Amino acid sequence: MPLDFYLNVIVSGILTGLIYGLAAMGLSVIFGVVRLVNFAHGEMMVLGMFGAVLLSQSFHLDPMLSAPLIALVLFVAGYGLQRGLLNRFIDRPDHQQFILLVGIAMMLVNGLLMGFGPDARAANVDYSFDSFAVGMLNLDKVRVYAAGTALLVAGLLFCFFRYSRIGTAIRACADNQLGAKVVGLDVPGLYAITFGLGAACVGVAGSLMSLVIDVRPQLAPEYTLLSFIIVIVGGLGSMGGALLGGVLIGVSEAVAGFVLLPSMKSMFSYGLLVLVLLLRPQGLLGKKG
Amino acid sequence: MSFNFTAPTRRQFLGTTAATAALGAFGAAPAFAQGAALKVGVLLPRSGILAQAGQACFRGAEIAAKILPAMGYNLEILSGDTESNVDQARARTEKLINDGAQVIIGAFDSGQTGAAAQVCEQRGIPLVANIAAAPQLTEQGYKTFFRNFPTSVDLVRNAFPLMKETFATSGKTPKTAILLHANDTFGMANKDAIEKLLPQANMPFTMLEPISYDPKAQDLSVEVAKAKATGAELVIVTTRAADAIMLVKEMVKQRWEPMGIVSPGSPGLYDAQFYKALGKYADFAITNLPWFNPTAELTKKVQAEFAKLYPNDAFDGYGFNIGCTLDAILVACDAFKRAGSAAPDALLAALRSTNLANHMMVGPAITFDAKGQNVNFSSAVVQNLKGRPTVVLPTSAAEAKPVWPMPGWSDAARG
Repeated sequence: MPLDFYLNVIVSGILTGLIYGLAAMGLSVIFGVVRLVNFAHGEMMVLGMFGAVLLSQSFHLDPMLSAPLIALVLFVAGYGLQRGLLNRFIDRPDHQQFILLVGIAMMLVNGLLMGFGPDARAANVDYSFDSFAVGMLNLDKVRVYAAGTALLVAGLLFCFFRYSRIGTAIRACADNQLGAKVVGLDVPGLYAITFGLGAACVGVAGSLMSLVIDVRPQLAPEYTLLSFIIVIVGGLGSMGGALLGGVLIGVSEAVAGFVLLPSMKSMFSYGLLVLVLLLRPQGLLGKKG
Repeated sequence: MSFNFTAPTRRQFLGTTAATAALGAFGAAPAFAQGAALKVGVLLPRSGILAQAGQACFRGAEIAAKILPAMGYNLEILSGDTESNVDQARARTEKLINDGAQVIIGAFDSGQTGAAAQVCEQRGIPLVANIAAAPQLTEQGYKTFFRNFPTSVDLVRNAFPLMKETFATSGKTPKTAILLHANDTFGMANKDAIEKLLPQANMPFTMLEPISYDPKAQDLSVEVAKAKATGAELVIVTTRAADAIMLVKEMVKQRWEPMGIVSPGSPGLYDAQFYKALGKYADFAITNLPWFNPTAELTKKVQAEFAKLYPNDAFDGYGFNIGCTLDAILVACDAFKRAGSAAPDALLAALRSTNLANHMMVGPAITFDAKGQNVNFSSAVVQNLKGRPTVVLPTSAAEAKPVWPMPGWSDAARG
């Protein structure tokens, strides 16, 4: 088979993987700092998708332009959720946290079903059927734009955590919660900001993903599971790991589907997961302990 | 460059990851009453991946509840949502029967219909399938199962000559073809039927290795890339609405322009959602399948009721699903009327002796053979033209001439 077919498939996998990575980054940030397994992660992503579709259908707003607005809404929602509810469960047993978040997830997905119904919806943009021809590559315009935006958002998030005072304080909380309290940091407030940032991150990913796929409320659990796989492969708590994990999952599925059977491609995500857990249990960019 | 937060235990994370697979939504089974009458349990995938088709079929039930009483049939519709899931189909069938359903209609999908058929057989309640093509459904020896829809084998058997007829209209014949199909019960049954019938059909093309995909797939770019790489001149598909949209979208993006896209009887290409999502790119796709009879008196009543109930929607994109569902309900009501009772034995006996000439889909009177199969179906070539499914063959029923090969994605013919 000619080389250009392989190259096209690999590049397409990388582009999709970057959006997956951004979604998983939100989960990684929340999990790494607040130590909550956000079972409502996929649901938040689908909320972002529906927000983008709604704005696209009502105001013809491109999902990439509506992404900041969706990020803001989800940041406020995430902040409020953590501040008003989840902070009270931080010291509770794990199973209580899980049940709470599963409950929130079910409320969100069924709320979406009640509000929008089960039909698939699409955010139609003028360029949704276009592609760039670059040499032997045929690049889907939508994926190129979405992946570029995902990289930009990931970069901004990284800079925030690395260089801002609040970001530094959040990292201090993640490193040593007790120590952070001792030095006078507002830990519950920082947790709320972190959850808000994670929610905003996944909201942007959802908004971008709405360009690539048709949106249905029932997608939510699939994206929760996918984000978990990516985070485990990339390394728990590692932002770069989330992006790397996303790209690896995207490329492995694409290549496996192309070379072998497309219906078997999901198997390779799980295969990669098992392989990483066997050879490097902390994930590719995760730290031991 | 990366930095790490303190990572909590992996056991905590992994242990809970598995639970996400079990997440699901709980549906409801609303009912709307039409007075004391035959209680018809309409089992359809009204949510989940097949929701678009399930909802379209349910419109047939809603219209039936409006127009059949005026034709002397008393019925009450109970609704069960399979959530596009085989296990839920089984559970919802049980619930419908427990709620008093005296006959079950459904369930659009072969896998879900098979699950419902097992329950109906155990409970002795008749099931009239509206749409479900897997041949094995009528090969199980069930006494309570009736299918008013062709099997996959019949769909493909009818489709092959129509394909040749389509090619003959322009004299341009594809030399190679590839099948893209979902790997669910229906998709696999269709693939098996194609492989079984192809050697005898004397088709002018060579069939390449088929490409299967997960019916829940969100992205078919790899599948289309793989199919494009084969250089096939004809794309044969077995789809539903969502995957049909994804396939064509990817074909446009990847600039793959085969001579045509043909479905031997699967849904997707003629669904309203397909036109809404793809616009001009929806045109010229072809489906070979049984179709509603636009000249039938019943069809006119249905169209009038559809216009009242759904004024914003075009009937053509829903007509097939509505016609199949309405006819299945009509079969049950007709049996009830003749039996004069909803007792299972009486209803089953009446269903076996069905001979219903006045119905909505094209074809002679509905009758069932010893296996419960209506064998009197014929297919038409339905091509999407100017945003609506149009009968183009056979010539006797054609509303327009077929366009073959299909124009390229950027051709002016697409508007």
